[in-house]
Amino acid sequence: MEALAALEQEATQAVAKAADLKALDEVRVHYLGKKGVLTGQLKQLGKLPPEQRREAGQAINVIKQQVNEAIEARRQALQAAALEQQLAAEKIDVTLPGRGQHNGGLHPVTRTLQRINQLFSGMGFEVAEGPEIEDDYHNFEALNIPAHHPARAMHDTFYIDAHHVLRTHTSPVQIRVMENREPPFRIIAPGRVYRCDSDLTHTPMFHQVEGLLVDENVSFADLKGMLDEFLKHFFEREDLGVRFRPSYFPFTEPSAEVDIECVICSGEGCRVCSHSGWLEVLGCGMVHPNVFKHVGVDNERYTGLAFGMGVERLTMLKYGVNDLRLFFENDLQFLQQFR
Amino acid sequence: MKFSEAWLREWVSPDMDSAALAEQLTMAGLEVDGIEPAAAEFSGVVVAEVLSVEAHPDADKLRVCQVAAGSDAPLQIVCGAPNVRAGMKAPLATVGGRIGDMKIKKAKLRGVPSHGMLCSARELGLSDEHQGLLELPEDAPVGTDLREYLALDDVCIEVDLTPNRGDCLGMEGIAREVGTLSGTDVTVPDFTAVAAAIDAQFPVDVQAPEACPRYLGRVIRGIDPAAKTPLWMQEKLRRGGIRSLGPVVDVTNYVLLELGQPMHAFDLARLAGGVVVRYAQPGETLTLLDEREIELDAQTLLICDRDKALALAGVMGGIDSGISDTTDSLFLEVAFFTPEKIAGCARRYSLSTDSSYRFERGVDPGLQQRAMERATALLLELVGGEAGPIIEAVAESHLPVKAPILLRRARIERLLGFVPADEQVEDILTRLGLALEGTEEGWLVTPPSFRFDLEIEADLIEEVGRVFGYNKLPTANNHGDLTMRPVPEAATPLGRLQTLLVGRGYQEAITYSFVDAGLLQDIEPDSTPVPLTNPISSEMSMMRTTLWAGLLGAVKHNQARQQGRIRLFESGLKFVSQDNEIKQINVISGVVTGELYPEQWGIGKQQGADFFDVKNDVEALLAAGGHNAEFQASTHPALHPGQTAAILLDGARVGWLGCIHPALAQKHEIPRKTCLFELDMQALLKGRVPSFEKLSRFPSIRRDLAIVVDVETPAGALCDIIRQSAGPMLKDVLVFDVYQGKGIESGRKSVALGLILQDSSRTLTDDDVDPVITEITAQLEQQFTATLRE
Repeated sequence: MEALAALEQEATQAVAKAADLKALDEVRVHYLGKKGVLTGQLKQLGKLPPEQRREAGQAINVIKQQVNEAIEARRQALQAAALEQQLAAEKIDVTLPGRGQHNGGLHPVTRTLQRINQLFSGMGFEVAEGPEIEDDYHNFEALNIPAHHPARAMHDTFYIDAHHVLRTHTSPVQIRVMENREPPFRIIAPGRVYRCDSDLTHTPMFHQVEGLLVDENVSFADLKGMLDEFLKHFFEREDLGVRFRPSYFPFTEPSAEVDIECVICSGEGCRVCSHSGWLEVLGCGMVHPNVFKHVGVDNERYTGLAFGMGVERLTMLKYGVNDLRLFFENDLQFLQQFR
Repeated sequence: MKFSEAWLREWVSPDMDSAALAEQLTMAGLEVDGIEPAAAEFSGVVVAEVLSVEAHPDADKLRVCQVAAGSDAPLQIVCGAPNVRAGMKAPLATVGGRIGDMKIKKAKLRGVPSHGMLCSARELGLSDEHQGLLELPEDAPVGTDLREYLALDDVCIEVDLTPNRGDCLGMEGIAREVGTLSGTDVTVPDFTAVAAAIDAQFPVDVQAPEACPRYLGRVIRGIDPAAKTPLWMQEKLRRGGIRSLGPVVDVTNYVLLELGQPMHAFDLARLAGGVVVRYAQPGETLTLLDEREIELDAQTLLICDRDKALALAGVMGGIDSGISDTTDSLFLEVAFFTPEKIAGCARRYSLSTDSSYRFERGVDPGLQQRAMERATALLLELVGGEAGPIIEAVAESHLPVKAPILLRRARIERLLGFVPADEQVEDILTRLGLALEGTEEGWLVTPPSFRFDLEIEADLIEEVGRVFGYNKLPTANNHGDLTMRPVPEAATPLGRLQTLLVGRGYQEAITYSFVDAGLLQDIEPDSTPVPLTNPISSEMSMMRTTLWAGLLGAVKHNQARQQGRIRLFESGLKFVSQDNEIKQINVISGVVTGELYPEQWGIGKQQGADFFDVKNDVEALLAAGGHNAEFQASTHPALHPGQTAAILLDGARVGWLGCIHPALAQKHEIPRKTCLFELDMQALLKGRVPSFEKLSRFPSIRRDLAIVVDVETPAGALCDIIRQSAGPMLKDVLVFDVYQGKGIESGRKSVALGLILQDSSRTLTDDDVDPVITEITAQLEQQFTATLRE
């Protein structure tokens, strides 16, 4: 019996000494394997007198179980330590930047165009497009701007030949839509327009969005309501001051220009609004009967509202860009700000 | 139109300050562009008389003057103005006074005490004139405060008029507008007719009555050539932005500002025979007042005498017949020219004058008689002389006629969404000078002759709305009936393509549609670009036939700013001239130079994005629309001949992809490793709608083939043959390696292909697949002399 107790102690120490799983396994084989020491003890039981066998056998089995448990406990501890070690070895620096392609970005003018499209799509407007090299008829004549009209002088037109120009506004798209379809119309026409003018505040190319709504019951009150709503949503300012000023466009009557309260100084007066507190952002009006006449829309049955806005201007105000010419230099330092 | 507020208030003086007045004009469509004080801020400046002038003992250019300024004793003033002389009257800034921020103090100039400063017009903010002291009239009362004497507590209001409001290009029109808006009565100055004192006449022959329906002339003899324009008139002109040029011209300009009627004064002595109004003859020339000689075209209306052209009708006079210091007899012209007939004339000769500006917008055809009488009266007052009778040539049939317009109450409501009370409508229109007659539906309205812009009912409705106030009109939110619009799914939206490229690291660019002709020629020497007839510069003279021109420009711009990695795309129209027709084609294009990825850790050394990196982006664009395009080796003048693919969809070319041609890169200083693509958007936007295929429940198997073929054999052709000969089991072919070099004979390459095979009804076995592979290898061998690599 003493011998068994010594054996147990020895085995327990061996388990505790096993430094890794392999050594532990060797310990297991040594004590519990087919030829192991404790297995050998069991085999010796036959030599004992029968009345001792049962007791001795139980004693050996208890020790065997104890050793087994010690090995299992040790195995779990070693495995946990090994995992711990592996995890520690696999540690990474999560502050390193992610790998792969970086996003580019849309041009700020496109951002604004998409925003305008989105707002008007919600009101049921569809997008219409037209050519940029436009004929005199669609760019001027049909819009009630006959040859030598003083309004032509304000347009600084680029000419292709005697009958073709680079469109000076997106308004000709109105004509193209109306002459090909039947009312009601509910369109916006975004796109490039061109004027022969280049200085600090003018680029020879810029973008406009034209809008047109023709139906049986459209009034100036609707025009006011719609643009007021649009501007408040565009600038995301519910309290944005909006005012309508009488103006003149040959293709609308009555005509108006729309001012918003300066978004830079909130109407206090600053350099951007020439200290007036107001910024002109839109031109609009009710479709001129002569325009309807050109496209064959019954002026008595239908009324229409139309508006046009400068996209660069809105973009500058929205993002605080202070130099118009930046839009077409395509400097990455500029473009990357709009990711 | 710029004018003095004080002058306006002589006509109509509503009870409001300048700012409120300006606001009211602006909100009625007469946009006030600026309000400037009539003079600089100053105080303590008085009318002074120079009594004596002596040389300064220690300075050549300074004078020591004794000046009377109303106080007890004359003041000693040191002055450097060249025009200072004894007896003249000039402004004196007295000690204790102030000009702007400068306080006037006793001072010593080169040792001589000075008790104030004699001033020039510029120092007082009255003009840019700084050649000497502002000379005041002889009768100016010494000691009077200058601000009071010149009534300088005034502002100049500048109104930016829209082209339809020619009627407001004079004080009278502005006053009428202000009267209407503020409900204040307008006092029209008394214009008394001047009876003819002499019989002198000069014949007038209007040969182009359609362009000049009314022409009035008048002879005035015996004027005083030495007369001066009175200060009050000079000041009104100055505040209206017109320089004083002597009394005769000043009077014509005064009437222009006052009534909006341009007029012209000829030196009668320089005219021969009579005045003839006619169109120019071929080869005729005229030297204008600005000393420019112009060659006239046949559409140009002229004022001539018997022998020669005198003036561009309604635009500018000629130098030979103008007023000079010795003129003693005048021929005064007041005419009405038909706007359409003379519009554009000034612009053809690169001119824009106060006169042409007004005639093009329309001068009141009923105004000429009044303007002539007004000018005559002023001239007689200023320069003396005797007037002859007014000679009038009129073609009534060519004068504009104002027909009555029916204004319906219901239509006002329909257009504005609101109709004011009848009395209010009537009050507005009457104050504006319109004649009204009530009808059952509303009114029959006859606009006055000065309102060229009122022709139809909508014009009148605008007047009602405008004067009532746009911002007082109601606002509605009736956006009409909601209708669902079709959304064709096969049409890939541009936004999707843009987003796709943005996700692949591209930055969107917007470049000018007109580009440098030379660059375009280098990129596409065979295309016929469309030139602009009036470009802004030679770098922006040609409509782009490819977006690459602008994008390469952007690459250069960024390269010069230390950007080595550039990935840009742009979408928009290109313009191609084909069979006498200009095609405007929507494309999406890109340019890539520098590394594929931004510099970063852990991806190894980068080689710079190449053809295949960019091809992947192009394939992604095509795939977004459900397209599987064919890339065919081809050549393009802008691209490397060995690295160019034409992109074909259903056999038709829809775009290009390639690396820049080294010669083009070198010439334009663009990095050699630059890739370009351009795709026809029309093809991209016409995509396909996905269509479901049953999923197979059976496993797929993969067979790899390594074949050796001629180096020239395109991998695409190998894949095509495999697809054609494999039958329906083949689901996919992928190229996973291409190798040339050791182990492969020269002129040949090894291509490793992975074939994925699957059946929808059973698990494939070698017995199924082997014959397929045998057929494929047989075809490859036959078509491309391919051998299986050992």
